Amino acid sequence: MNYHWDWGVFFKSTGIGQEIYLDWFVAGLGWTVAVALVAWIIALALGSVLGVMRTVPNRLVARIATIYVELFRNVPLLVQLFVWYFLVPDLLPERAQIWFKQDLNPAVSAYLSVVVCLALFTAARVCEQVRTGIQALPRGQTHAALAMGFSLTQIYRHVLLPQAFRIIIPPLTSEFLNIFKNSSVASLIGLMELLAQTKQTAEFTANLFEAFTLATAIYFVLNMSLMKGMAWVEKRVSVPGLIGSGGK
Amino acid sequence: MMAFDFSQIGPSLPGLADGMWLTLKLLALAVAGGVAIGTVLALARLSSHRLLSGFAKGYVNIFRSVPLLLVITWFYFAVPFVLRWITGSDTPVGAFTSCLVAFMLFEAAYYSEIVRAGIQSITRGQISAAYALGMSYGQAMRLVVLPQAFRKMTPLLLQQSIILFQDTSLVYAVGLMDFLNTARSKGDIVGLPHEFLLFAGLVYFLISFGASSLVKRLQQRLTV
Repeated sequence: MNYHWDWGVFFKSTGIGQEIYLDWFVAGLGWTVAVALVAWIIALALGSVLGVMRTVPNRLVARIATIYVELFRNVPLLVQLFVWYFLVPDLLPERAQIWFKQDLNPAVSAYLSVVVCLALFTAARVCEQVRTGIQALPRGQTHAALAMGFSLTQIYRHVLLPQAFRIIIPPLTSEFLNIFKNSSVASLIGLMELLAQTKQTAEFTANLFEAFTLATAIYFVLNMSLMKGMAWVEKRVSVPGLIGSGGK
Repeated sequence: MMAFDFSQIGPSLPGLADGMWLTLKLLALAVAGGVAIGTVLALARLSSHRLLSGFAKGYVNIFRSVPLLLVITWFYFAVPFVLRWITGSDTPVGAFTSCLVAFMLFEAAYYSEIVRAGIQSITRGQISAAYALGMSYGQAMRLVVLPQAFRKMTPLLLQQSIILFQDTSLVYAVGLMDFLNTARSKGDIVGLPHEFLLFAGLVYFLISFGASSLVKRLQQRLTV
């Protein structure tokens, strides 16, 4: 085999200032985390609202949330990203268009598009988890709360949601991991996140196997540590008395 | 504000159909290969052989923790390299083959988890009964357990394939002319990128939504 393995490539200079290739990976990971965390916070908030909407006794409200979920779940993520990055800015008022396309740093406008796209995309999934969590609770909980004179808002705030969120931690964890993986689509609109930096390193150095192996390892370690962390959280907040909570 | 002009979609339909044909071909082959490899992985994972189950577990863990887009890019660069290494000659493999290999291997990790859950949902008595009839492990799996497991997990396999249908659009990263990429380039040529993008989104939506609704109906019919 004529491939020249060189694991030291990451410590070589990129030829740009003092940078070594490893710096590119660190910067890329930074963007990946910045995209995933911000999008996750929005997705969790919006998804929770939508999830509650799907379970309230009001038909119209539930219907709106259902349409949202179907729309965002059945269009490929990449199509959604192109809509947010290429199409939506053109629909904005002229002042906002100029701001988005000319005043903003290209990296920032790509970042904003990706965050909005991933947040709305993931919210549809979070919504379904929250809905499942609420529906998994025994009906008696709602009835008992009603009998005690709770209003609908109070039932959700004090009875249903605190339990529902604790049951759905495992599926929410996989959505949280998905958002990190999905953030790699940002590389297709030019944001220099982890995957884009990997590709760039592979092209600059011709050491493509090393670059892609390192990227794979970073994603793997990131995922495993998040999973371990969430398992710990799940144990801490498990609802006593359920089968999953391990005999408390 | 801009006005949309969808008049150019009609004349472009033959070209768009070519793109959709590539998408569906990629999907069909990836599902077939993914389910086949996934089944082997699931059996390996469930085997009592430590090394075999360890390998399957590691495989699934690695592929499930990296983005599909990374795998597509990896294979796009690596497959020609590895082939040249094996065969010694410079035969171009093309983006389609690279993408197909990437999809098969990536989806196999997801399908294998579905198949494993399907096998585990079959009662132990079935295996014991098969052994009592004098069947070997292979026969018991092939003739008794797998047919029942596959029937149970058909809805989940289909659901995963609908997700895969949407994910095939990621081949955009390596320039393969699938449905999305065809729509993008046609839109750029006639100067109406937004209209073609919206049309592509609508087609993806109708197919995924229609297929999901069918799967839901099938699920209701299959549950005992």
